[in-house]
Amino acid sequence: MFGTGLLKGLGVTLKHALDTFEDDRESVPDRYKGSLELGNNRRVIQQPIDQEGLLTIQYPEEKRLLPERFRYIPMLIWDSEKQEDRCTACGICAKVCPPQCIWIVRDSDENGKPVTRCSEFYIDAAVCMSCSFCVEFCPFDAIKMNHDYELAVYDRYPQLVYDMEELTVPLEYYAALWPTQYEEEQARRKQEEEEKRKQEEEKAAKAAARAAAKSAAAAEKPAAGAPKRSAAELQALAKERAAQRQAQAAEGGGDDDAAAAKRARMEDLKRRAQERARQRKQDSGQ
Amino acid sequence: MTQATAVAEAPANDLALTPELADAVVGTWAEDTETAYFIAPDRILDVLAHLRDAQGYDLLSNLTCIDYQGYGGKLRADVSERLDVVYHLYSTRRGGGSVALHVRVPADDTVPSATSVYPGANLQEREVYDLFGVKFDGHPNLRRILLWDGFNGHPMRKDWHEAYYEEDAKPFRSRHPKGEYAFHEDKLPWAKNTTYPAGWDPDSWQEAVAYVPVSQAPQHENQPHLDTESIVVNLGPHHPSTHGVFRMLTRVEGETILALEPEMGYLHRNHEKIGERNTWLMNMPFTDRLDYLNSMSNNWAYALAVEKLAGIEVPERAEYLRVIMAEFTRIVNHTWSIGFILNDLGALQTPALYAIEEREMILDMFEAVSGARMMCNYMRFGGVVRDLPEGWREQAAYLANDRLPRALDELDRLLTENEILKARGRGVGYLAVEDLIALSVTGPMIRAGGLAYDIRKAEPYGIYDRFDFDIPTLPNSDIYDRYYIRLLEAMESVRILQQALRDMPEGETLGGRGGYTLRAPEGEVYGRLEAPKGELGFYLASDGKTQPWRYHVRSPSYINLNALGPMSVGYKVADAIVILGAIDIVLGEVDR
Ligand code: SF4
Ligand code: SF4
Repeated sequence: MFGTGLLKGLGVTLKHALDTFEDDRESVPDRYKGSLELGNNRRVIQQPIDQEGLLTIQYPEEKRLLPERFRYIPMLIWDSEKQEDRCTACGICAKVCPPQCIWIVRDSDENGKPVTRCSEFYIDAAVCMSCSFCVEFCPFDAIKMNHDYELAVYDRYPQLVYDMEELTVPLEYYAALWPTQYEEEQARRKQEEEEKRKQEEEKAAKAAARAAAKSAAAAEKPAAGAPKRSAAELQALAKERAAQRQAQAAEGGGDDDAAAAKRARMEDLKRRAQERARQRKQDSGQ
Repeated sequence: MTQATAVAEAPANDLALTPELADAVVGTWAEDTETAYFIAPDRILDVLAHLRDAQGYDLLSNLTCIDYQGYGGKLRADVSERLDVVYHLYSTRRGGGSVALHVRVPADDTVPSATSVYPGANLQEREVYDLFGVKFDGHPNLRRILLWDGFNGHPMRKDWHEAYYEEDAKPFRSRHPKGEYAFHEDKLPWAKNTTYPAGWDPDSWQEAVAYVPVSQAPQHENQPHLDTESIVVNLGPHHPSTHGVFRMLTRVEGETILALEPEMGYLHRNHEKIGERNTWLMNMPFTDRLDYLNSMSNNWAYALAVEKLAGIEVPERAEYLRVIMAEFTRIVNHTWSIGFILNDLGALQTPALYAIEEREMILDMFEAVSGARMMCNYMRFGGVVRDLPEGWREQAAYLANDRLPRALDELDRLLTENEILKARGRGVGYLAVEDLIALSVTGPMIRAGGLAYDIRKAEPYGIYDRFDFDIPTLPNSDIYDRYYIRLLEAMESVRILQQALRDMPEGETLGGRGGYTLRAPEGEVYGRLEAPKGELGFYLASDGKTQPWRYHVRSPSYINLNALGPMSVGYKVADAIVILGAIDIVLGEVDR
């Protein structure tokens, strides 16, 4: 009969309307279940895959919970344990970058000899295509993908050309964004370090044995390599360094200003990372 | 034709040409990649006609060109002619592989146009003319297509350099270890990079509206009582119904279309030139940006071609993952395109939004596995880059076994029997399937005309021969069938997904590190697959370096537009909108 097709179709639209209506009558509609309430109508939403009815999200008040692998613009990792940048200025990321939007200046020591540290590192975020090749091929786990996607600015130059300071985040920030990958990576790095240490120890032991055989007189001298310190000594050293840093920060002025600003930034990022980790935990708990 | 390099013995016999044509073949490449025959330029039309009529090669799939200036390889080193026009022919009836023909000419020579044998050569020859400057004798409408008339030079020639030219090949030396960051604007102030062709004056130039075939259309329809006049109307370039920046130049008599000519290139970025500066791997994320709805199948098509060229094996699990991603992509594309066909028909937004509910879920799945919803950049040479995250397979199985079949059934109930859709779609935009093939159209369009030609069956790639699925066909070759075939194909994709998700083994997903230092052996290859929009092919030639010597994308959206004009003539303006919508184009892929 003419018109049955139309009526059937209208039935489908009616079902959609009813689904949403029913959902909305519940005290917590399905689409808000499992989402993190930030107050003031702001939420981080993770929709269940069997969600029926309304699926839309009221951005920017409501945001989606991003999956761990989400990639946007790269960030550089500041190793908070070792208190150093992980990047060694090897340049592999700049070589694999498809649109060639990474610029690296390798640092050099007083004699002009290149060292494994960069003095400048730029990423043109307007050109970056978020491909993640730099991350894939960095041999030092020094560059990772950031999740921060609200980057709009009024001018491309220089705001969207990120320098090292803007790119650098502490390790904890990365650990909060990429928990699974971070765990795997830490395990791998530990193992590698262990192996390296063992090798070095063996080497040192061999060298020591050789040295001992060569001259019995110098038996008291420690073997080649860094002198070993006890855990207590190391802790004391760390404390001393921290005190120095604090004193520097208190003094302020000159170069230290920049350093202090950087530390403040790191602290801020760490705090944000912790918040995020908390969000995640809360979310997965529900 | 001068002496060809490295002529193999008796090549003509492999082609099974008639004795009169045997002397048309003047050589082959000495490489052990795909065999390619050199044909004497003046005999190419005879050879094409013979292959089409006597051997059933009815589809001129790919037509492109290579510039050999400065070629660095060994096997093709002493090429005397600079340009080389390449043809790839397939048989839609028999299936199977291609015949590759080469016609080599000096830089300013002409080649006979293949349009008289294969009308589908139309757009591709215009592209070669535009980007390489090869003139085609006898082409009905040889104008620039992607670039405008005031563009100086032919950019795909190796000696042409772009405005911000740095070096011939990446990585550029200025990035490391002394990174010299410079704002692009400072490097080359605007206006200094503008040159015009000799004798061309920007001030006096006016775009000719009287393009062939619009100019050749009949000026009047026979109207006994009215003195009417046909007029030229531009649809687009800025118009929501053109699905991007695309223009249809039409001559209309009242509401009836007398002639229609597609105008494109607004989104042209010379993807192929960029591709020839890039290393092999760098091109992978660029392919995402071709048909940006289907980055997974784009990735796969490119990986497929490179793997064929370099002889790279793919682990079992990666093969399954590729199929899963590609079929999810097909569903994404088809539901999206159904939504838009209905949008163009005036069923504004409701079907489109219903259609994309599940699309959103699939995109979230893509994001969880690859890190991005649309620019997935997921495949590498020899597999895929990451294994699935925890819980992914279960969610995908829920989608494939439960949610997607339900959603597609719902779309079916919503639309298929709808009387308005039938009234608007039945018999509109008809073109016989033979004509579509002759126009090099591929994909759902020809299956909606009754021809079960699908590369997944005709020349299986990956592991498609292991799955149990059908190629649906519909008989009428009109808008309605083009809508419905997409729904049926999406349902078949669901079947493949169910099997793949059930059978996928554990194991490796990538052999090696994905090959960022890959040097493909010298040779050429044409790799293709059944993308949601039709045959997506990559024609690659390597001189043994870290960059492709030639990187060409055979894009279905672009080539399917061959049929837009012929399909629209005689219908109303409102129908032309839907006819375009039912071709299902993405301008990122059309303009490249
Ligand atoms: S980020 Fe990694 S790849 Fe890039 S220069 Fe630093 S260490 Fe090398
Ligand atoms: S994500 Fe890709 S484009 Fe962006 S900086 Fe890294 S390699 Fe370059």
